[in-house]
Amino acid sequence: MPLTSDERYQLYHYMRQSRAIEDAAWALAGQGRLVGRLYTGHGQEAIPVGCAFALADGDVIAPMYRDMGAHLVRGIRPVEVFAQYMGKRDSSNGGTDSGLHMGDMARGIVGMISVLPDSLPVTVGVALAFKLRREPRVAMTFFGEGSTSTGAWHEALNMAAVLKVPAVLVCENNQWALSTPTEREYAAGSIADRAHGYGLPGVRVDGNDVEAVYEAARAAVARARIGEGPTLIECMTFRMRGHSIIDPADYVPAAQREAWAARDPLARQFERLVAAGLWDDAREAALVESFRVEIDDAIDVAAALEDPRPEDVGAGVWATTDAPTTRLPAAALAELVDQGYPDDFRIPRPMSPPSADVLAMPAEAAAGADREPNDA
Amino acid sequence: MRELTYLEAIREALHDEMTRDPRVFLLGEDIAGYGGVYKVTDGFVDAFGADRVVDTPISENAIIGAATGAAIMGMRPIAEIQFADFIACAFDPLVNMASTIHYRWGQPVPLVVRMPAGATWAGAGPFHSQSMEAWFAQVPGLKIVMPHTPADAKGLLLAAIRDPNPVLFLEQKYLYRRLKGPVPEGDYTVPLGQAAIARPGRDATVVAYGTMAHKALEAAALVAADDIDVEVIDLRTIVPWDREAVLASVAKTGRALVVYEAHRTAGFGAEIAAEIAEAAFTDLDAPVQRLAGLDTPIPAHPTLEAAYLPDEHAIAAALRALVAW
Repeated sequence: MPLTSDERYQLYHYMRQSRAIEDAAWALAGQGRLVGRLYTGHGQEAIPVGCAFALADGDVIAPMYRDMGAHLVRGIRPVEVFAQYMGKRDSSNGGTDSGLHMGDMARGIVGMISVLPDSLPVTVGVALAFKLRREPRVAMTFFGEGSTSTGAWHEALNMAAVLKVPAVLVCENNQWALSTPTEREYAAGSIADRAHGYGLPGVRVDGNDVEAVYEAARAAVARARIGEGPTLIECMTFRMRGHSIIDPADYVPAAQREAWAARDPLARQFERLVAAGLWDDAREAALVESFRVEIDDAIDVAAALEDPRPEDVGAGVWATTDAPTTRLPAAALAELVDQGYPDDFRIPRPMSPPSADVLAMPAEAAAGADREPNDA
Repeated sequence: MRELTYLEAIREALHDEMTRDPRVFLLGEDIAGYGGVYKVTDGFVDAFGADRVVDTPISENAIIGAATGAAIMGMRPIAEIQFADFIACAFDPLVNMASTIHYRWGQPVPLVVRMPAGATWAGAGPFHSQSMEAWFAQVPGLKIVMPHTPADAKGLLLAAIRDPNPVLFLEQKYLYRRLKGPVPEGDYTVPLGQAAIARPGRDATVVAYGTMAHKALEAAALVAADDIDVEVIDLRTIVPWDREAVLASVAKTGRALVVYEAHRTAGFGAEIAAEIAEAAFTDLDAPVQRLAGLDTPIPAHPTLEAAYLPDEHAIAAALRALVAW
């Protein structure tokens, strides 16, 4: 089924929002305002957005730190991201962990750990629970090509295929695992080819084309949902920044980076929308400004939240009941409760490409339009 | 009361809880048609179906990871690791993933890992004999259970399944078919973290768990002939462990011997001994003693294995020396 105009815009919206948030976080990290090290998905936004967009309410993702867009599609708000990045007491991790290690089963997000391929066996287990309960739900996880060299990855692919669980396994092949290039990571022709050795389909897509990614994910999700088992999707992309904010990535050949810069996933979708008559520079400027205002507000709200207290250190080592405990920011939580959270969490869709009128800046934003980006 | 073996008590707990709670399911290697290498789950696949008794590939890492995933989705998975020694292949998902989830983002992980542990006293060798409670006692967020009696095996397993945390349940191979005892019928739990006074006494305290609690009782009977009255504290759970029960016993007897079958150095008994030395120094009439396995791999030949393991005679000798100190 072809994407509607609304959906084509939404894909762009989430990618643009993801980059805006990560750019703001990059600036905050440079000011020393974040807890822990910052990792971003700059240049890879089409993958988490396109894949998460193919899911339905009730599906579960196990994302990694480059997948801001997947979090946004699942309904995570900027204020939650910044509260988490700042290690606030009222944030997903409450300061016990940092970065995008946030988890929230009510919105179907498994909190990652730094051993990235560990998300694969966990995703197999999430999908196994769906299968055993005869629920038409799908589990999806994300990992880099570096993860595919570990034992956990291979055990998970094999087990997923043997147990035929409803899982979608998404490789973001950004061609660099920290400083290790693909030719030092694997000798096989592709990651997708490995799937066939385990008895599941493996497909390779242009990971910088959000509509192609979406289509591959949609097919894999549909296949999983009707009980036909897991799919491996290899998305070819490029890590446009260092492994983390402290990595200058001077080992990456300039020509390679420049070639991939010309394939920026946001620019490509922007041009598509313009060609389809759905978008123009004026609306782009207004959208970027609306994100800036939203993000500035989110940073202000997050920064004002309380930091963890020393006595919090021992809290939560042990669960005392079956019920999850959440540390979401109170304001964000109230907003979510208004929307039925946590019993009826919704992916915030659909939305249409905003008209120039809709995007006309609110008075308070217009008044601050000449602020510097980090003037918050 | 009817008597069951240690193994039958575990089987009954699994069977009863699977009957009671549809969220409970088993996954592991050779557990369905084959019934597990020790036949603990013999017949379960017929009773509960292949959906609830899931045979997996030989993938300990993925078994623990998948069990974790199912647990956070509201299931009550019970993973079987064929021999506890093989849990080394799944160290990472336990230590980095399952144990940290609730601390980091508040989601309970109601997961039980059953594994046959300890020496068989019949030469099972370096890879089918180990006791690994100390490996995991260092990891906040993991509970560790090592039952000694059949009644405790059932009640502790039921408590472990209902606990909202990851629990490592180290079944004692040596006791599986060797130890038979009264086991209440029906539903009951033995709380995690509560030690048992396996034998009351006044002259010395032995702190032990699992097979070594069994050996300590045999040793207590041996030294009773010398008019030495030993109190045996069966710890039952390693994490959390019942510090108060141990200290209360030491306050009464003034002498403590800690016995464990894992390697002596940095074994969990070292933690118990340190705690006694710190908290009960003024109660002690003699230095806290440890008796443990050697700091060697656990050898296969029965003669070498016997040289490795503390037995009832070694415990009795240690008790005589402790009382004479």
